[in-house]
Amino acid sequence: MGKLLLATIAVILAPVVGGLIAGLDRKLTAWLQSRVGPPILQPFYDVFKLLGKSPMLINPWQILTVWVYLVSSMLTVFLFFMGSDLLLMFFVLTIGAVFFVMGALSTQSPYAQVGAQRELVTMLTYEPLIILVFVSIAMVTGSFKVSEVFTYGKPLLYQLPLMFVVLGYALTIKLRKSPFDISACHHAHQEVVRGVLTEYSGPQLAMIEIAHWYDVVFVLGLVGLFWASSFWGCAVLLAVTYFAELVIDNVTARMTYKWMLKTVWGWGLALSVLNLLWLYAG
Amino acid sequence: MLKDWINKGRLKSPWIVHFDCGSCNGCDIEVLACLTPLYDVERFGIINIGDPKHADVLLVTGTVNHRNKHVLKNIYDQMPSPKAVIAMGACGLTGGVFREAYNVVGGVDKVIPVDVYVRGCPPKPEAIIDGVVHALGKVKAALEAAG
Ligand code: SF4
Repeated sequence: MGKLLLATIAVILAPVVGGLIAGLDRKLTAWLQSRVGPPILQPFYDVFKLLGKSPMLINPWQILTVWVYLVSSMLTVFLFFMGSDLLLMFFVLTIGAVFFVMGALSTQSPYAQVGAQRELVTMLTYEPLIILVFVSIAMVTGSFKVSEVFTYGKPLLYQLPLMFVVLGYALTIKLRKSPFDISACHHAHQEVVRGVLTEYSGPQLAMIEIAHWYDVVFVLGLVGLFWASSFWGCAVLLAVTYFAELVIDNVTARMTYKWMLKTVWGWGLALSVLNLLWLYAG
Repeated sequence: MLKDWINKGRLKSPWIVHFDCGSCNGCDIEVLACLTPLYDVERFGIINIGDPKHADVLLVTGTVNHRNKHVLKNIYDQMPSPKAVIAMGACGLTGGVFREAYNVVGGVDKVIPVDVYVRGCPPKPEAIIDGVVHALGKVKAALEAAG
């Protein structure tokens, strides 16, 4: 019962936290570029404004896909705080991402098509890595359940430092940070005009933004698992990781999808194998 | 309550799509100057977005001619309402020095309704930001009139 309550509260609070993180993100980015930057609440203003715009749908599919994306993102957060199975969360997360891409593919716009193809490649890039991270967590704790990780006692980071770097790659992709923001980049307007997001507008775009906030909370939750034994350890780990992501975002330019696939798979798989071998040997 | 938040959002996050109707590039450079750290329009929630479907404000520079008036109209139609249009520079207002050329239609308001005119050849970045503020003032007045 307690778990259910916690998970429900988490689902309600997650968009607030995600929005605040997005606001801080923009503020810190501005700071790194020696600008003033928008107010912290800016992402909320944006989303509310989008909710109030008149809908402009290309086809009814877009409504369905956006809802599935939002609900599956909410469900991942819910399952995470229920202490549920990591693999189950992975599948739910994937369903959301696939529907999101399907919505873009259902339109005729070449920008959305290109963006959707790129989004599929990005999914292909981060998903094996996330699975490897989950498998290694299961090898250490003996179970795929989040609740087991919390009762494990020791920080996973000691045994899975390289896996943490691998998760960092996945995090950069999932947060749509450069150099991996090839499918829906904010800044390369003239190239794919926000790619997968091109044909979404108004309320649908707002819902995608909210779903993205849920994703951010979920992925940061995964990061938090690596130091689940102490509250402060977890908080410091999250802050340091997110700041590192921001710095990477600001010092790297965008790359092509081929480079992404090569680098992330190359490094991700190498680091995973090293870490797993080390686990076996130790 | 939700309506209040939506109205607040409308005033605080004008996303701009910038369309160049064949300007001499003078105006466009000034628009880009607004995005640099010196003016940093993101302070006010203004983002230069590439997609008319995400935009709230259409910023038009340059002279409208018989060829690009269809494009201008198309971009305007693709923007979900509520939306505002800012015409910029002498060319956007009246056709400027090109107004007597045979292919020139004239100002932006010959094709789509314009809310705010920003004068200058080219206008200063301050004037452009001022133009957006004026557009928001109009939006605010409209919101208040609607209750
Ligand atoms: S108004 Fe002046 S600066 Fe702007 S496009 Fe026309 S000629 Fe160029």
